[in-house]
Amino acid sequence: MSTFASSRETTEGTIYSVTGGDWDQVASEIGSAKEERVVVNMGPQHPSTHGVLRLMLELEGETITELRCGIGYLHTGIEKNTEFRTWTQGVTFVTRMDYLSPIFNETAYCLGVEKLLGITNDVPERASVIRVMMMEFNRISSHMVALGTGALELGAITPMFFAFREREKVLDVFEKVSGLRMNMAYVRPGGVAQDLPEGTVSHIRELVKDLRKNFKDNADLLIGNSIWIKRTKDVGYLDLAGCITLGVTGPVLRSTGMPWDLRKTQPYCGYENYEFDVITADTCDVYGRFLIRMQELEQSLRIIEQCCDKLDALDGAPVMVADKKIAWPAQLALGGDGLGNSLEHIRQIMGTSMEALIHHFKIVTEGFRVPAGQVYTAVESPRGELGAHLVSDGGTRPYRVHFRTPSFSNLQSTSAMCEGSLIADVVAAVASIDPVMGDVDR
Amino acid sequence: MMSEQKGMFGASGTGDTSGYGGLVRSSVSPTSAQRPYGSYFDDVADQLERAFPEFHDAIEKVVVDRDELTLHIKREKLFDVAKTLRDTETLRFEVCLGVSGVHYPEDKNRELHAVYQLLSMTHNRRLRLEVSAPDSDPHIPSLVEVWAGTNWHEREAYDMFGIIFDGHPALTRILMPDDWPGHPQRKDYPLGGIPVEYIGATVPAPDNRRSYR
Repeated sequence: MSTFASSRETTEGTIYSVTGGDWDQVASEIGSAKEERVVVNMGPQHPSTHGVLRLMLELEGETITELRCGIGYLHTGIEKNTEFRTWTQGVTFVTRMDYLSPIFNETAYCLGVEKLLGITNDVPERASVIRVMMMEFNRISSHMVALGTGALELGAITPMFFAFREREKVLDVFEKVSGLRMNMAYVRPGGVAQDLPEGTVSHIRELVKDLRKNFKDNADLLIGNSIWIKRTKDVGYLDLAGCITLGVTGPVLRSTGMPWDLRKTQPYCGYENYEFDVITADTCDVYGRFLIRMQELEQSLRIIEQCCDKLDALDGAPVMVADKKIAWPAQLALGGDGLGNSLEHIRQIMGTSMEALIHHFKIVTEGFRVPAGQVYTAVESPRGELGAHLVSDGGTRPYRVHFRTPSFSNLQSTSAMCEGSLIADVVAAVASIDPVMGDVDR
Repeated sequence: MMSEQKGMFGASGTGDTSGYGGLVRSSVSPTSAQRPYGSYFDDVADQLERAFPEFHDAIEKVVVDRDELTLHIKREKLFDVAKTLRDTETLRFEVCLGVSGVHYPEDKNRELHAVYQLLSMTHNRRLRLEVSAPDSDPHIPSLVEVWAGTNWHEREAYDMFGIIFDGHPALTRILMPDDWPGHPQRKDYPLGGIPVEYIGATVPAPDNRRSYR
C-alpha cells in the first residue's frame, strides 16, 4: 500500500493520501485496499473558467455517494468594502461580483439605492430603456459563456469558439457604450453614467440580425448532437420541490417547467412594456437547462429590438434624474483612453463657475445622504434571482450591503444533483448550474 | 436607535477638522406601522394571525417601509412562525431567498440581526423577517429544517457575524478559512488595508482616511 500513498491514522481509521504519481499503479493498488471508501478532491479549480471551486467527492467505484463544495477562494470582501465608500462608489465594487453579468449587479444595487431614496419613479425612461438593453446584451454574453464553456467541459470545442466569437461582438457594444468590456460601473444611482454615443442604435440593429443567424448555427451544433444528448439527458436531475426548498432560481428552476421569471412576475425597469416569452423545459436535467439558455438568447434579441425602437423615440431625453443633489455632476465623455470627465465640464467648473466646482467637489467626495431604512430589490440575472439587501443609517455610505446571489444559492444544489450519479456527470451538472465563483464568494 | 455618528468628517484623531467635532447625529430605524398597512400586507398579517395563535406574543413589531413588509420576530418563536408561513395555504412562503446578517452595535441587547427574505411564488408576494440576538448570547434558531436552502446562508451569517444558528446540521465557516479569527463583517472588525505611498505622499487605507460622512 505504501508504494503509492502516504498514510496516517485518524479516528476514522487509516487514511491514505494520493497525489499525482502513476495512476495505473494507483488504481491497481487501490483495488487491493481493505477500505473501499475513496475520497477524491476535485479542484480547487473549475473544469473550465467559472472561477475557483473545490469539490470533495466520496466515491464507491465511479458512483458518488457524497459531494461537498468548498467555496470561498474568491472571497474579496466586497460587501464590507462598500461600507467605507459612498453610495455611488458602491457600484464600482458590486459590478465585480458576478463578473460575467456586471450590469445585473449594478442594476440590482442601483434599484435598491433609488428605492431607499424614494426616486424610483423619477428615473428617466431613457435610462431604464438603456438599462434593459444593456442587461439583455449582458444576458446574451453570459449565456454565451455558459454554453461555450459548458460544451467545452463535455469535450466539444467548436461551440466554444462560436460562442466566444459572438460574445466578443456583444462586448464591443459594451465598450462602445461604456468604455469598458466588463465591470463597467455604467449603471448609476439615478440613471446611467452617460448617454449612448452616436450611431449606437443603428449599430445594434445590424448586430441583432447578425447574432440571430449565428445563434442558430451554434444551437444546431448541440441540440441534435447525439454525444451532447447522451452527456446531458437525465443528468443532474433536480425537480421542482428540490429547487423550491433549496431556493434555486433561474434556468435551473425553469427546467422543471416552472415559468418563474422576475421580468414577468415582478417587473422592474419597465419590463412590463416589452413582449417576450418565458422559456421553460420539463426535463429537470442538464439538457433542458442548456436548451432554455439557447432559447433565451432569441428572447433577449426580441427585447433589444424593442429597446431600439424606444430609444429612437426617446432620442435626446435625459439619462439621469433631474435632482442635482443626487445626479452625478460630472459630464462624462468617452475619450480614446476610456471614460472620463468631458473637457467642456472641466472648463466650466475650473474656469467659470465656482459654485459648480464646489457642488462637484461635494457630491463626488461626500456623496448624497440616503434616508435610514432597508430595502430588498431583485432582478432576474442570467443565473436566477439576484437580490440586493441594502441598509442605510441615513449617512452618505451604505450601512450594510448584502447580495443574495443566484450562484451561491444554486451551487448548493450540486450535492442534490450529483449524489448517486457517476463522477463524469458532476462536470455536466456543475456546468448546467453555471455558477460564477466571484458571485458565490463575493 | 440604529447608529450614532460623532463629528462631521468621519475620521477621528486628526486635528484638521476643528469646529465640527461636537456634532452628534443619530439615526433611528423605522417605527412600528399602524393598520391599515396597505397593499397585500394586511392580508398577510391577518392570515398569519389566524394560522398562528401566539401571533401577538411572537411579533415584536411590524414595519411597513418603502412598500416592503418586515415582521420583527422574537427569536424563540422564529421557527414556528417560519413553519406557519411556509405551510399555511393562504400564506405559502415556499422560498427563503437567504439570510443576511446586520450588526448594529448601538442597538443595545439586540446587536445582531438576521434578516430573512421570503418569497411566495404561489401568491407572488414578498415578506421580510427580522430577528435579533444580543452580542452576549448570539443564538438564533436555524431554519434549515423549514427551508433547506438556508443552510449555506446561515453558515455565511455565522462566518461573517458570529451568529450561532442552533440546530444547524454543520455550522462551520463557509467563505473564510476555518482557522480565521473573528467575524469580518461585524462593525467592530476593521476593514484592514495598508497605506499606499505615491510620489512622496502617503494615502491612508480607506477606513483611516479623513472623509465626509
